[in-house]
Amino acid sequence: MSISSFKQFDRSERWQPNRSLNKWIQRSIVAIFGLFALISILTTFGIVMTLLVDAIPFFEEVPLADFLTDTEWTPLFTRKEYGIFVLISATFLTSVIAIAVALPLGLLSAICLSEYAPRSLRRWLKPALEILAGVPTVVYGYFALLFVTPVLRSFIPGMQPFNSLSAGIVMGIAILPMVASLSEDAIYAVPSSLRQGAYALGSTKREVILGVVIPSALSGIVASFILSISRAVGETMIVTIAAGQSPNLTLNPLVPVATMTAYIVQVSLGDAPAGSLAFKTIYAVGLTLFLITLVLNVFSFWFVRRFQQKYE
Amino acid sequence: MNTNTLENSVTEVIFQLEKVSVYYGSFEAVRKVYMDIPKNKITAFIGPSGCGKSTLLRCFNRLNDLIPGARVEGKITYHDKNLYSKDMEAVEVRRRIGMVFQKPNPFPKSIYDNIAFGARVNGYRGDMNELVEQSLRQAALWDEVKDKLRENGLSLSGGQQQRLCIARAIAIEPEVLLMDEPCSALDPISTLKIEELIQQLKQNYTIVLVTHNMQQATRASDMAAFFNVVTSEEGKRSGYLVEYNETIKLFNDPQEESTKEYVSGRFG
Repeated sequence: MSISSFKQFDRSERWQPNRSLNKWIQRSIVAIFGLFALISILTTFGIVMTLLVDAIPFFEEVPLADFLTDTEWTPLFTRKEYGIFVLISATFLTSVIAIAVALPLGLLSAICLSEYAPRSLRRWLKPALEILAGVPTVVYGYFALLFVTPVLRSFIPGMQPFNSLSAGIVMGIAILPMVASLSEDAIYAVPSSLRQGAYALGSTKREVILGVVIPSALSGIVASFILSISRAVGETMIVTIAAGQSPNLTLNPLVPVATMTAYIVQVSLGDAPAGSLAFKTIYAVGLTLFLITLVLNVFSFWFVRRFQQKYE
Repeated sequence: MNTNTLENSVTEVIFQLEKVSVYYGSFEAVRKVYMDIPKNKITAFIGPSGCGKSTLLRCFNRLNDLIPGARVEGKITYHDKNLYSKDMEAVEVRRRIGMVFQKPNPFPKSIYDNIAFGARVNGYRGDMNELVEQSLRQAALWDEVKDKLRENGLSLSGGQQQRLCIARAIAIEPEVLLMDEPCSALDPISTLKIEELIQQLKQNYTIVLVTHNMQQATRASDMAAFFNVVTSEEGKRSGYLVEYNETIKLFNDPQEESTKEYVSGRFG
């Protein structure tokens, strides 16, 4: 059909869309949004470059093998050792304690909120939980140092004023809303047709939740776990304030330790002159931290893609 | 209301409805239904959208209990026992009265576990592999899936998913199967397969089938109930039972004018 045959139906002068203007607007919108997307990509790229530019000279002076195998971390002392696992052990310890608190409590709160709480209770319970997420971490830090530690010390003999146990517990409370809120979203997204299907087979409420709802929401729940773990690994203020700044290769939760983040804070605040090898350590530590959280996030991304259920 | 009860019938009555009304909050969705559902027959509920046929169906296995504010008035008996009495457990009711839904809703589990789920929660003590095979055979799905029982149920086509849901429902050996427009989301070939399946299942189960497809009702059912809708002054729509009879009679010799108009396709 040729254009001229269209013309016959073109009865009116009233229909004159401005196609070229529309096209121009469309193009500029794509350009503007593309620019914004580019800014965040460039920022990430810039951070990685900054870390690499200063971490590379560090590794020219300190062999990677030493960095990975030494059992002491003393860059600020005269006898210098650079064993990153000292800091990793502290980060690992505080994160594990935090996760041990946050995952079970967060998942149980999510199940309670989405499946058991009556609508009236849920209306104030969920905002109350989310307030926890709004408390500044520095407040959590002092809460751990000045409240939780003294309470724990009253019945745990030998507990030091700075320790990973209270820092970990409080960090767990701080990331609990994230676990609960993301898991609840995942549970809420399970179609009600699946619940009805399970009820119609003569299941009790518990069987519906444990047998169908939780397994169906599993990819989202695990993603929330992994994101919370990377939050815990990167958490800075609470551990800096409450866990201390003494690099210690230990898994004892009662003694002071220095996590990777706490060490970076300590050096950035001026303990080492800028440009010195001691100062460059923070880039090496930062790079390690970045790699750990990157691996966790990539794993989470892969897991969600692999196990996500598509309901139409 | 004499037309709505099976007075002279020899068949055993399995459900008896006496003045059954269903409310969502203060809204009356279904109004004062009287009817008897015969055992080992296929009873079809037909009628326009919003006439409450699905709502009424969900009373038989107490699925409306899950909806906050839903309430059933009147009396529904199942084998002469009141379904809504205090000592009747909804979980036990649903174990005996299975349901197939409008949209296929397999669990995001393997085909095998989809069937085994109901058996496990109901404490099945027999051979699980045998039960899975037998249920899939009864649902005419075995040959298509026997080599991929470990694959996710959601990987099947829509028609296969619906047959999986039927297999899942009959795996717990219910007495009644409630089917809520089981073919409305399927293509004509899958629909035909499900209809053939329904005919076979009739030998062992009492089936109550909601459909808005009148050909399906004539092809598949022994008894048919026509529901219609009344709109109140405030614009709320309530369903009520117009006429209930043997399918042949209801379609060929309807007693009510609105039934006649509906089955001849003049509205709906």
